[in-house]
Amino acid sequence: MLTVSAVAEKLGLKVVVRGDLSEIVSGCYISDLLSDVMAHSKDHELWVTLQTHPNIVAVAVIKGVSALILTNGRNPEPETIRKAEAEKVTIMISPETTFELAGLLYTMIKDSQPPQAGLS
Amino acid sequence: MEHAFASTSRWSSTFAEEVYAMNLSKIIELVKGTVIIDSGGETDITSVCSADLLSNVLRYGKKGALLVTCLNQPQVIRSAEISDIPAVLLALGGIPEKDMIALAREKNIVLITTLLPMYTTCGILYIAGLRSCAEECDA
Amino acid sequence: MPESCSMEGSFHLMGGDFTNAGSASSALKAKLINSGVAQSIVRRAAIAAFEAEMNVIIHAVAGTLHYLITAEALTITVTDMGPGIEDVKLAMQEGYSTAPDWVREMGWGAGMGLPNISKHSDLFKLDTVVGEGTTLEIFFHLKERNADS
Repeated sequence: MLTVSAVAEKLGLKVVVRGDLSEIVSGCYISDLLSDVMAHSKDHELWVTLQTHPNIVAVAVIKGVSALILTNGRNPEPETIRKAEAEKVTIMISPETTFELAGLLYTMIKDSQPPQAGLS
Repeated sequence: MEHAFASTSRWSSTFAEEVYAMNLSKIIELVKGTVIIDSGGETDITSVCSADLLSNVLRYGKKGALLVTCLNQPQVIRSAEISDIPAVLLALGGIPEKDMIALAREKNIVLITTLLPMYTTCGILYIAGLRSCAEECDA
Repeated sequence: MPESCSMEGSFHLMGGDFTNAGSASSALKAKLINSGVAQSIVRRAAIAAFEAEMNVIIHAVAGTLHYLITAEALTITVTDMGPGIEDVKLAMQEGYSTAPDWVREMGWGAGMGLPNISKHSDLFKLDTVVGEGTTLEIFFHLKERNADS
């Protein structure tokens, strides 16, 4: 079972807010549009985004996101960090672009799933 | 009150040749895409920009890139035009707005849709060998 | 274009007019290409103009985008009647935005507008009065203009 901590370690992600790093990762959702995440993301998915404002924490909580990953080396706003700490939502940062990180995650998550699960 | 800012960017007039390019028709096949607007010619894609925030398209998009997005509105085409991006791929089964289609036709920007989510789309294209605009580009 | 000549023009911008958002920058881009400005500068100028245009449409009541091309430089001036900018230093920070949530859902409001303008131009000046409006002057050196045809 792939966990948030395994993803962080394998991809060298910087953990800015430490929530539950043992949370399982069943997939990944990529979007910068909150309404899109609210409509389509699933439980226990990583959420990859360039958005840094506090609203991302509320959405992450509601949608059961395993962890947030901000790309292009973006730092969350101070209020975002504060809210994530209060809600125990993990926020990590990657220096990669969204596309590159998606590719790396896709390979990793696919390899971690049993063959009959198929592609995400 | 007046403020002045001098850019610290260093802009080169030469555009570095990309080592790897993929024909757009191959990309369409990989993501099982549907062509909404075709340019009528061959298009080679040299990188991928995945973004829903248009300022990031402007910042990280590169000439010859494919823009992958879930944002369904005409300014996606505007941003592509401004950034010299020849093709836009709308993920997650988005049905382009009428104005978006009209603008793509007017600006000769290829518009494609796929039912695949952004994550899967990017994953497939990454495994196929495409890479993103790694650095903020100059031309 | 001969060294002694210059070319200029302007576009009117309406606050809230998302339907036409970007059309001024697009038209400017075409003008720059037609006047022989180097491709790399055209792209940077179009991006800076687009961000400035969107700031007017998102935040202001109305504004104008004016361009002046001489042998030495391209100057884009965007003036608006709007709220002005309370804290310029904060506004220059990547990610800081005063745009409402519905604007973010349209793909804007990432807080990258002024940083993008700064990044893509050679120099830009910002003059703002809270409660009245903002003027941006964006400069590009034209060292690499194509030879006269």
